[in-house]
Amino acid sequence: MIEIDEELCKGCGICVDFCPLKVFETSDKINSRGYYPPLPVKEKDCVGCRLCELLCPEFSIIIINE
Amino acid sequence: MPEGLDRKEVAEKRRHRLFKYLRKEVLPTAFCPGCGCGIVLNCYAHPVDELQLDPNDIVAVTGIGCSSWIPSPYFLRDTLHTTHGRPIPFATGVKIMQPEKTVVVIAGDGDLIGIGGNHLIHAARRNVDIKVFLVNNLIYGMTGGQLAPTTPLGISTTTSPHGNVEHPFEIAELIAAAGASYVARWTTYHVFPLMESMQMALTQKGFCFIEIRSQCPISYGRRVGKRTGSEALQEYKESSVRIEDATEMSPEELVGKIIIGKLVKREKEEFTDNLRKLNLELRTRKIGRGPEEWSLS
Ligand SMILES: Cc1ncc(C[n+]2csc(CCOP(=O)(O)OP(=O)(O)O)c2C)c(N)n1
Ligand code: SF4
Ligand code: SF4
Ligand code: SF4
Ligand SMILES: [Mg+2]
Repeated sequence: MIEIDEELCKGCGICVDFCPLKVFETSDKINSRGYYPPLPVKEKDCVGCRLCELLCPEFSIIIINE
Repeated sequence: MPEGLDRKEVAEKRRHRLFKYLRKEVLPTAFCPGCGCGIVLNCYAHPVDELQLDPNDIVAVTGIGCSSWIPSPYFLRDTLHTTHGRPIPFATGVKIMQPEKTVVVIAGDGDLIGIGGNHLIHAARRNVDIKVFLVNNLIYGMTGGQLAPTTPLGISTTTSPHGNVEHPFEIAELIAAAGASYVARWTTYHVFPLMESMQMALTQKGFCFIEIRSQCPISYGRRVGKRTGSEALQEYKESSVRIEDATEMSPEELVGKIIIGKLVKREKEEFTDNLRKLNLELRTRKIGRGPEEWSLS
């Protein structure tokens, strides 16, 4: 399960580029700071590796495996 | 996920586990989008949580620079935000007077190797029990991209507009040679081994040093054609070589590569221990009675 705090996101795109299963796409909705957060469009494909959670510089993504 | 729990609630609980170590009122960070400093902060909060270290038992010490913002203001609890280049001497002082604390220094290459370089090599030589996490982005990031003693040959920066004519320090190798107890090098792409390495450093006695190659897309990346965090991480992913494999490679093959992994791990007498023992011995000799009887005098 992927939870994104869109307000913490700075739209750097790291999660979009590095998810090995290409789960994310960049949203076309802007957050209140003017950044485009990721959208987990293929959440079903997520294997819960947590790479996106740890590579996110802003604590924006939380992966819940249990 | 437990039945009936709202997913937002579960996420908040998980986030809260880390946020108890962070000043969440100052998040999102002031770092530029895609900056490696946020990844280092993220990776540091996890081992502290996993080792169940009481944040009250940690004193974080830092200097000046973007990287120096990782412990202060973002990491909650005691931090000494000292002047540029001086976190190591402050940290040494804390460890001497409060040996039960885990003393952690997180700062940048300009701070620790540039202006503070002498403190760094001598603390490694003395094997002071402090944990140093160097955020090496190869530049003075905060002040707009001036040449650092880590900037590779040939790179043009604000203060080397025609290209850098100096050789950079191979800092992890230097600190290993200077006598540290534990030395490793990772990048902000290698988050899992980096967290493991931080755990190792936080629990091993002596001077423990991790060089973390980290991206500064704004003051460095744009000068080398890597304007985003992702481009830098891609480079780290492609050009890193495990130290075990590097020993089999020729110097030519290693040009442009980042050697990652553990360089050194050894048991060694520690500076503040030795200092305390000597102090006790001299005082006992002078007073003529053991420490348990001192209060009577
Ligand atoms: C004594 C002193 N000299 C110079 C400065 C200006 N200064 C502030 S940050 C900095 C460089 C920081 O570089 P680094 O430690 O690599 O941190 P980064 O911003 O790259 O993370 C300099 C030179 C200062 N604050 N104090
Ligand atoms: S890595 Fe984090 S900050 Fe960057 S786009 Fe993804 S969620 Fe946003
Ligand atoms: S946990 Fe792994 S698979 Fe799932 S979204 Fe993150 S990076 Fe992709
Ligand atoms: S200037 Fe560089 S190091 Fe500083 S916050 Fe921006 S990207 Fe990060
Ligand atoms: Mg720097």
